[in-house]
Amino acid sequence: MSPRITLITAGRILRQLLNDRRTVALILAVPALIMALISAIMEDSPEMFDRVGLILLGVFPFTIMFLLTSITMQRERTAGTLERLMTTPTAKMDLVGGYAIAFGTCAAAQTGVAAAVAYLWLGLDTAGSAWAVLLIAIATSVFGMALGLLVSAFAATEFQAVQFMPVLIIPQIFLCGLIWPREEMAGWLQGVSDALPLTYAVKALQQVQASSDLTAEMWGDLGIVAGAAVVATVLGAATLRRRTG
Amino acid sequence: MPPDAPAPPAVTVERLVVERGGRTVLRDVSAAVPTGSVTGLLGPSGSGKTTLIRSIVGTQKVKSGTVTVLGEPAGSKRLRSRVAYVTQDASIYPDLSVKSNVAYFASLYGRDRRDAAAAIEAVGMHDHAERLAANLSGGQKTRTSLACALVCDPEVLVLDEPTVGLDPVIREELWAQFHGLASTGRTLLVSSHVMDEADRCDRLLLVREGRFIADDTPAGLRSATGTEDLESAFLHLIRAQDGSR
Ligand SMILES: Nc1ncnc2c1ncn2[C@@H]1O[C@H](COP(=O)(O)OP(=O)(O)O)[C@@H](O)[C@H]1O
Ligand SMILES: [Mg+2]
Repeated sequence: MSPRITLITAGRILRQLLNDRRTVALILAVPALIMALISAIMEDSPEMFDRVGLILLGVFPFTIMFLLTSITMQRERTAGTLERLMTTPTAKMDLVGGYAIAFGTCAAAQTGVAAAVAYLWLGLDTAGSAWAVLLIAIATSVFGMALGLLVSAFAATEFQAVQFMPVLIIPQIFLCGLIWPREEMAGWLQGVSDALPLTYAVKALQQVQASSDLTAEMWGDLGIVAGAAVVATVLGAATLRRRTG
Repeated sequence: MPPDAPAPPAVTVERLVVERGGRTVLRDVSAAVPTGSVTGLLGPSGSGKTTLIRSIVGTQKVKSGTVTVLGEPAGSKRLRSRVAYVTQDASIYPDLSVKSNVAYFASLYGRDRRDAAAAIEAVGMHDHAERLAANLSGGQKTRTSLACALVCDPEVLVLDEPTVGLDPVIREELWAQFHGLASTGRTLLVSSHVMDEADRCDRLLLVREGRFIADDTPAGLRSATGTEDLESAFLHLIRAQDGSR
């Protein structure tokens, strides 16, 4: 693995994204607009918006980076560029690292805009710092990126890649505490929820909500998200084969 | 090595057997590609040309046999900046410009912008350098893909049907360029399914149904088969092979 080639790869992926102006506009604007919509819906209950809006700041980059990575990587596999890269000095971890840096950067920009709108304009209120929210959102997005990398190996087409979202992403969103408090779920559902990494991203965000300090519990939950991102990345990298049949 | 001793072959294939999708695609083939020459790999579509090429660049799983390139096992790490591969379908990024595509591969090989500009010039794409690859014609994509390989100034250049669908003038220029590279000691292996390109090669490997039916110079092939044009020579060899079954 070479840091130089990893950065070159990240640069190439970002350039691909930037060449697609409409996608860039959608990535940056849509989460902010949805935050505004949610805030309007919950106009009479700002505490509710504080809870839901904050969780959404973690859920958006997770979902979007999953989609972007699974499609970009699926294209790379079927267009032959992956095979070609495997004959160049690019190591598998350079490619995976490049994806993580590129989509992590993208998530930072997306969360930056959405968080700015939420905090400055929609009156989102947390006891802890917005920077902690940004950090959690980036770690969660890298986990989404890694899941995307993984599913790209099992998708023969872009259409199939997108179909993995209801399988891998939506259950995590439903069970993470966004639509229903975890404590009020049936015991077995709480058990499932405990096994899903997005749950810990939400718990970390709730720590930022409740406490003005960076609590040990928040770092622990963030550590679990980061660990899940690393495991998924390694599994995703294992699906990249230099030699195929 | 004494100065006038012949250089060892750049590529040696020994008793190679490859299976794809449960079928034997290369059946115990052996051949050598001499250093500093243009070797043509000719055969009908489906005969196994791409499979052999993939074995040489190290992206094909092989059942048995060995492939040695520049003294190293095919696909080994040290070969990755010395061997370049141009895939049959242009493996470039459609959402990047010609310039960005070539610059990306240039930087993977540790080359700079000037090398990238020279490679674009060499394939006659300098007037289209800023265009997105998605908007190019088939031939222009092929040339861009070729530039992405030329930019590394490889010792061994493996090209899978690089001249399909190209303008005759550009085809002429590319062949002149291939010979120019060979005269500086580079080794080229160029596949084609049209026999009219055979005469442009220093050596020919004729492949049919996963077996080599000839490994000779164009002149040698003519005299061995007693035919004037190489198309008839190929037919002659096929009939001889079918007759001996
Ligand atoms: N991915 C694959 N899986 C299974 N069989 C394949 C695959 N690719 C090619 N083949 C088969 O291998 C044989 C040789 O193919 P190929 O090497 O692509 O031939 P050529 O390049 O000479 O047209 C063909 O019979 C083809 O159908
Ligand atoms: Mg082929």
